[in-house]
Amino acid sequence: MKMVRIYIMGKEYRVPEGLTIMKAMEYAGYRYIRGSGCRAGFCGACATVYRKEGEYKLHADLACQTTVEDGMYLVQLPFTPANKAIYDLEKIRVDDKTLVNFYPEIARCVSCNTCTKACPQELDVMDYIQASLRGDVAKAAELSFDCIQCGLCAMRCPAEIAHYHVAQLARRLYGKYIAPRAKHLEKRVKEIEEGKFDKDMKKMMKMSIEELRKLYNARDIEPEEEV
Amino acid sequence: MQPVNILGDKMEIAYYPGCTLKTNAKEFEETAIKVFEKLGVRLKEINKWYCCGTVYSLATDNLMYRLAAIRNLIRAKEEGYDKLVTLCSICYNTLKQTNLMAKEDEDAMYKINSFMDEEPDYDGSVEVLHPLQILNEMMDEVKAKVKKPLDKKYAAYYGCLLLRPKEVAIDEYENPSVMERLIEALGGSAVDFPLKNECCGSYNVACNKEAVIDANYRIITNARKNGAEAIVTSCPLCHFNLKEIQKEVKKAYPDFVGLPVYYFTEIMAMAFGVKK
Ligand code: SF4
Ligand code: SF4
Ligand code: FES
Repeated sequence: MKMVRIYIMGKEYRVPEGLTIMKAMEYAGYRYIRGSGCRAGFCGACATVYRKEGEYKLHADLACQTTVEDGMYLVQLPFTPANKAIYDLEKIRVDDKTLVNFYPEIARCVSCNTCTKACPQELDVMDYIQASLRGDVAKAAELSFDCIQCGLCAMRCPAEIAHYHVAQLARRLYGKYIAPRAKHLEKRVKEIEEGKFDKDMKKMMKMSIEELRKLYNARDIEPEEEV
Repeated sequence: MQPVNILGDKMEIAYYPGCTLKTNAKEFEETAIKVFEKLGVRLKEINKWYCCGTVYSLATDNLMYRLAAIRNLIRAKEEGYDKLVTLCSICYNTLKQTNLMAKEDEDAMYKINSFMDEEPDYDGSVEVLHPLQILNEMMDEVKAKVKKPLDKKYAAYYGCLLLRPKEVAIDEYENPSVMERLIEALGGSAVDFPLKNECCGSYNVACNKEAVIDANYRIITNARKNGAEAIVTSCPLCHFNLKEIQKEVKKAYPDFVGLPVYYFTEIMAMAFGVKK
């Protein structure tokens, strides 16, 4: 087995080639208590930063998704301190100023693009902050859709912006006030409230696991409706 | 139609809106796009752009505040333009001064270009223009489009940022006249008034409002004494400082009588008969 040298918080370890950073750290004897969740690139818990020998760049990535390379200097960032604005989504309204009112620090953005370079999801982070600044909530929501809140952008930003909280507010506002309502969903909710499925539910509650499993496997999968 | 020298053989120009044109000054953008369309010139918004930084930072040792402006110029270039127009006087001033720096300050540009290692190097080759500079060459076309000639007396208010520093001035920096000529071309009469390039108080409105109230009182009173019935400007911040705080000016100066304030594109839209 080919081994590579990595440095965890400055100490050298030899680990098998091809492991993810997360597995390599476990191989080296570390145990994850925090900073690990889904292990599949979805939860954003495993933010990691590293430099490679002979390179000036500071890389940011997800430990569960990145393979170790020879000469990597690594450290985990299990948590990012970032204040979140408090709001009641039912009560706030969306306009040009909503995002900048809750997160005035976005006006400090100097367009250095460091956040974009740090994002393991390869999002246009600077662009969604700039869209937020000019009140384009729909654009901010669209550009940040795949954000997994790993916090790496916020750790690198010289303007001390908590990007992912801004983005989450943008998506919430978009979902609640801008996106067209899904008609079929409203219809279904009404049907449920009117008790259309109560009888079937009661019947299912009495079924054994075996019966339920059969029923589940034989279910109809409805085609997606156009909204 | 006569070719417009400043635009070369194109009748389309890259347009940088800036944040204020998308929020507080939407009417400025809407009217500008429409009146230029009437004149056969398309203002094409660049696909990606960033807040210009809102002031040209005078701290020569902190290049961080120049990044946004440079990046905007790179975007325009990337989309194939060698000229970029912007309506807001502040954006104009920031982009124009930054571009001057890009042409003249090699050391600064070495730093900026190496910092922005994800972007192509920038060399100052996108010329920043203000729409008034284009109109300056199109006065005959403007006259030809007038449907409802203006019938009021207007004071053209330039403020500072279209004229200073003189290297970025869109017109004769001590005694500009392009907006007066525009007003006349639209059928209105332009009154001369000495405070046309006095500062409106700018961002003092956020931290020292009295200064802005005083400036407003002096500027509007001076325009009125010279016969103006309305003020014309090209800057969203001047527009705000001259228009939105008139009630407060009245409180501080009971003898104050206000004036309506318009963007130059709004009076063009009125004269061209284009609907808002
Ligand atoms: S935008 Fe920020 S928090 Fe979201 S995935 Fe990218 S780096 Fe992580
Ligand atoms: S890192 Fe911060 S200052 Fe730089 S572009 Fe991103 S949000 Fe703006
Ligand atoms: S552990 Fe969930 S993204 Fe890496």
